[in-house]
Amino acid sequence: MSCRALTALITSLLLTASAAANDAPALKAGVFSPARQAPDFSLQGSDGRELKLSRYRGKVVVVGFGFTSCPDVCPTTLATLAAARRELGAAAADVQVVYVTVDYERDVPERMKKYLSAFDTTFVGGSGSAAQLAAVRKDYGISAEKKQYGDSYTYAHSSFTYLIDRGGRIRALMPYGHSPDDYAHDLAILLKE
Amino acid sequence: MRPRTLVLAVLAGGGVAALMWTGFAPITSPSRDELFEIPKGTWARRMSGDKVDILPNRIRLTLGLRDTLVLRNLDDVPQIFGPTLMMPGQSFRLPFEKASEYQFACTAHASGQMTIVVEPNPATPWAKIRWRVRGLIHNIG
Repeated sequence: MSCRALTALITSLLLTASAAANDAPALKAGVFSPARQAPDFSLQGSDGRELKLSRYRGKVVVVGFGFTSCPDVCPTTLATLAAARRELGAAAADVQVVYVTVDYERDVPERMKKYLSAFDTTFVGGSGSAAQLAAVRKDYGISAEKKQYGDSYTYAHSSFTYLIDRGGRIRALMPYGHSPDDYAHDLAILLKE
Repeated sequence: MRPRTLVLAVLAGGGVAALMWTGFAPITSPSRDELFEIPKGTWARRMSGDKVDILPNRIRLTLGLRDTLVLRNLDDVPQIFGPTLMMPGQSFRLPFEKASEYQFACTAHASGQMTIVVEPNPATPWAKIRWRVRGLIHNIG
C-alpha cells in the first residue's frame, strides 16, 4: 500500500471514529475522556467472597463509597440505584452495584450485607482494613473525613458514584442527587455497548 | 431645540434603546462549556511552594447558555480536580439540566467543598439585564 493510500485510510478511520463518537448518545452523568481503566481492588465482599472489581468484567458496574450509618446521602443513593435497576427490568441482570465502605470500624461484611439487602439483594458491599480502604479511596479520588460527635462519629465523604463499562473502564461520574430515571438512562446506554 | 437639549435627548434615547436591547434581545452563547484547565507544570509549582488556585470555590452556570462544566488536566501527573481524580491528559465534561445549587467535596479547596450554582435560563427582561451585567463585570474583572 502506498504512503498516500495509507494516509487516506487512516484519515477515513479517524473521521469514522469521530463521527461515531459524536453520534453517541449523551450521558446525564459527567463523562471522562479518554476513559481510564478502573483500578482493581481486593476487599471483603458482603456476599462472603473476595470482592474484586475484575470479578464483574462484562457487566456495567456502579461503584459508590459510603457507610451504613450514613443518615442521608447513602440511603438516598442506594434507594435511587435500586429504583433504577427496577426500571431497567431484565437488563438489570447485567448491572452490578458495588458499595465500598469508608467506615472500617463498624462496617463489617455481615453488617454491610444486612444494610444493602434492604435496598436490593444484588448489591455487594466492600469492607476492609483502614489501610485497604484508604488505598481504594486514593485510587478513585474519594475523600472521607471522620467527624467525631460526642461518643459517636460520622463521615463527610464524596457522594458521587462511578459508572464503569463492560470493559472495566471508568466512563462517567454521576453526582449525588440524580434521579433513578437519569441512572436508568445512562446504564441503558452503557449496557447497549 | 437647543443643542444641549438635543444632546441630552439623544443620550436618553440611546440609554433607553440600550436598556431595551439588554432586556429583550435574545441571549446566545457560542459555547455551553465553562472550561477550567490544570496547566502543565502545576504539580511542580505546588511542590515548590506556589499557591495555585484554578477552580474557584463557587462556580456559576446558566441553563441553556453555559451549563456544562469542563475540567481538563494538562499536567503530567494525576490531580484531584473539583470533585474527581483526573489522569494526565484527561478531561471531564459534566452537563447540568436542572437549576439548583450543587455541592461537591473537593480537597483542593480549604473549605473542603466546591459549590456549583446552576441558574435558570434568563427568560424575563430583568433576568437578561442581570445576566448581561454580570457577564460584563466578569469579563472586565
